[in-house]
Amino acid sequence: MAIESSGDLVPARAAARALALRLGFSRTDATLIATAVSEIVRNIVVHVGRGEIAMHAVDEDTRYGLVVVARDEGPGIRDLAAALEHGYAGRGGLGLGLPGARRLMDEFDVTTAVDEGTTVTMTKWRIRDELERLRERRHAGAQ
Amino acid sequence: MAVAVIRRGDTVIAAIQSDLNDGEVLALRAELLDRVGRHRLTGIVIDVGALDVIDSFTARALRDIATSARLRGAETIVVGIQPEVAIAMVHFRLDLDPLRTALDLDEALDRLEGLPTGG
Repeated sequence: MAIESSGDLVPARAAARALALRLGFSRTDATLIATAVSEIVRNIVVHVGRGEIAMHAVDEDTRYGLVVVARDEGPGIRDLAAALEHGYAGRGGLGLGLPGARRLMDEFDVTTAVDEGTTVTMTKWRIRDELERLRERRHAGAQ
Repeated sequence: MAVAVIRRGDTVIAAIQSDLNDGEVLALRAELLDRVGRHRLTGIVIDVGALDVIDSFTARALRDIATSARLRGAETIVVGIQPEVAIAMVHFRLDLDPLRTALDLDEALDRLEGLPTGG
């Protein structure tokens, strides 16, 4: 979905929560994911103005993942290490966005190039439990 | 309206009804501070039970309300933070002082009424 203003925050959070719950994440994890999405979308709105966010599921043998990719074609982050530090605030920022989102998710990766843009990829994992796997095998066997 | 604001004695109670966008958060801050001055209120209670997400922006806005209200002589108590939201807020390591919290509205009102007045 396209990010153009702070009005896109609420729908982005709702979409993240809905996908997380559909993938079987707990209410707590769904809230952590929705909050991380909120921070990342706000980062785009505040620092760049426009960008896009996409969310998808990954399906592994022992775990499910929810992957969020946020992309913009803004000025890029000049000092990435500093931006990931708690309390570092760039132009008008709060200094909590990137480090906050990073702590809310399991995996967090930023690629950025000055004058080209920034891509944030973050993932939350959920262990697929035994019962779930058994049920899926049965379901597969019945077909 | 996304926030129901009612007055009860010297306290203004703001019950947030649905997820707020940034503009609504800032409008709420302006309205509460205006009311504190206009009606000489000594307490603000903000019910955030309807919020599924409190991100760093909203948390900071709540803290700013508390800081500004204190400068105008009023205490602010936030009630109804959902357990999942509380867990998420811990991740930000945001210093919320002087924001105070209570589990529900009754507890908040009891506390505000128990405050010493006239310093």
